[in-house]
Amino acid sequence: MLEVKDLQVNYGAIRALKGISFKVERGSIVTLIGSNGAGKTTTLKAICGLVKAKAGRIFLNGEEITNKSTNEIVSRKVTMVPEGRRIFPNLTVQENLLVGAFQRKDKDGIKQDMEWVFELFPRLKERINQKGGTLSGGEQQMLAIARALMSKPDLLMLDEPSLGLAPIIVEELFQVIGQIHQEGKTILLIEQNAYAALNIADYGYVLETGQIVLHGTGKELLDNEKVRQAYLGG
Amino acid sequence: MSWTLFLQHLANGIALGFVFGLVAIGYTLVYGVVKLVNFAHGDIFMMACFFVYYGITLFSFPWWLSFVFAVFLTALLGISIEKVAYKPLRDAPRISSLCSAIGMSFLLENFATVVFGGRQKAFYQPQVLNKTLNIGEIRIQLVTIVTIVVSIAALLFLNYLVYKTKMGLAMRALSHDFDTARLMGINVDRTITFTFAVGSSLAAISAIFWALRYPQIWPFMGVFPGWRAFTAAIIGGVGSIKGAMTGGFLIGMISIMLVAFLPDLAGYRDAFIFMMLVFVLLFRPTGLFGEA
Ligand SMILES: Nc1ncnc2c1ncn2[C@@H]1O[C@H](COP(=O)(O)OP(=O)(O)O)[C@@H](O)[C@H]1O
Ligand SMILES: [Mg+2]
Repeated sequence: MLEVKDLQVNYGAIRALKGISFKVERGSIVTLIGSNGAGKTTTLKAICGLVKAKAGRIFLNGEEITNKSTNEIVSRKVTMVPEGRRIFPNLTVQENLLVGAFQRKDKDGIKQDMEWVFELFPRLKERINQKGGTLSGGEQQMLAIARALMSKPDLLMLDEPSLGLAPIIVEELFQVIGQIHQEGKTILLIEQNAYAALNIADYGYVLETGQIVLHGTGKELLDNEKVRQAYLGG
Repeated sequence: MSWTLFLQHLANGIALGFVFGLVAIGYTLVYGVVKLVNFAHGDIFMMACFFVYYGITLFSFPWWLSFVFAVFLTALLGISIEKVAYKPLRDAPRISSLCSAIGMSFLLENFATVVFGGRQKAFYQPQVLNKTLNIGEIRIQLVTIVTIVVSIAALLFLNYLVYKTKMGLAMRALSHDFDTARLMGINVDRTITFTFAVGSSLAAISAIFWALRYPQIWPFMGVFPGWRAFTAAIIGGVGSIKGAMTGGFLIGMISIMLVAFLPDLAGYRDAFIFMMLVFVLLFRPTGLFGEA
């Protein structure tokens, strides 16, 4: 579904991505793990057209989308839950969800999907008219995911959804991510919380200073000695 | 001072408050969405008056058509200014677009001086609007009432746009986060264009009512109304429509009531207005309705 080939991104003199390649098959959960500053967020931003690729190519269902505008890319049913949630604090929960569905015209479909995300996250329904900024961190993350789902994506990309959340909420969150996957979405999950991510993922890539240093199935990486030492605390 | 006289002044204060409020909303909308103080806004206000003037003198439009024509042309002017002077600087440091805005203000003033001439011109006064109504003992000019009614209609429409339409949703989303708005599939350029169109149309509407009240127009006529409206926007809290309206009312009232009750001090009107600004900012640095 998604294929990234030799992707390079620079911020001025900083080489954030030094040529990475990976694939996300339709219907799978793929994870990209790595410590702070490895280039995970940059990878997602490049896929969404929020930063320009210096070299390399990105394909979506065989069609090249490298350096297309964000608008064109999201209209191809790709969406991202940005790092730090970035919900709209001045809009209500309902309005946040409607912004998520901004490009859709099918009113009935939007209504159905709103019911669906409320099933996934019942707590959001209770807070439907509350301003986004008044939600707790966990609720904001749920809203961010729900908002992304409202665009009816085929490919859902999540940037460190567990960041700053209590362990019990993280567990709940990963359960829902699994549920979303079972409903047919392809997921590219970015995490520092390597254990949770690898557990849920079909395939994983390890990113270090702008390069992919390891890859394998979730299980292989969980058992890998290097991964255990560097990301799972030995 | 009798009650009737007071009510007459009150009506004038309200009408002038709407005029400042509508201009202030233009500042606040643009600031809210693109975080830019559009210093050319007062000059856009001035240009609207000249559009009316030339609609009538050059094209012999009836006055009402000329008013509508001016609102459209002013919206186009606002959109063009954004495209030419602000859009190329969107990713540049804030100070660059600020300088560009000030430059655009000077450009419009000098363009008007060269092309329209520096001397004052008389703004057309439609006969029908010049009538005076007697409500009991109170005498109110029809134009005052029309100002109030049209302004309320414009505000209701604005409220509908901002809170009930997709474009309004996009504007409110954009005001917080460009990149995330882009991720949601919002067309950022189109939303900004729309914002400038709305702000400039409101400036044109209030400019027309301003000129009906003070019927001399010239290239620098927008400077002080512009500053006062900008002050109104800050007093109310930049970014807040409600705030801009409230600030506009305060300033409209001060302007009228000072002349009415303390005519000796009328010359210090702007001093009072800016003193109020200082006081509000001392106690509420974000303005009356502003968010931190
Ligand atoms: N806007 C930016 N300007 C300059 N450097 C940046 C910018 N964003 C990220 N970087 C740098 O690029 C590298 C990768 O960052 P990022 O993709 O955010 O990493 P991660 O998401 O894995 O923590 C880091 O060295 C970071 O400092
Ligand atoms: Mg990151």
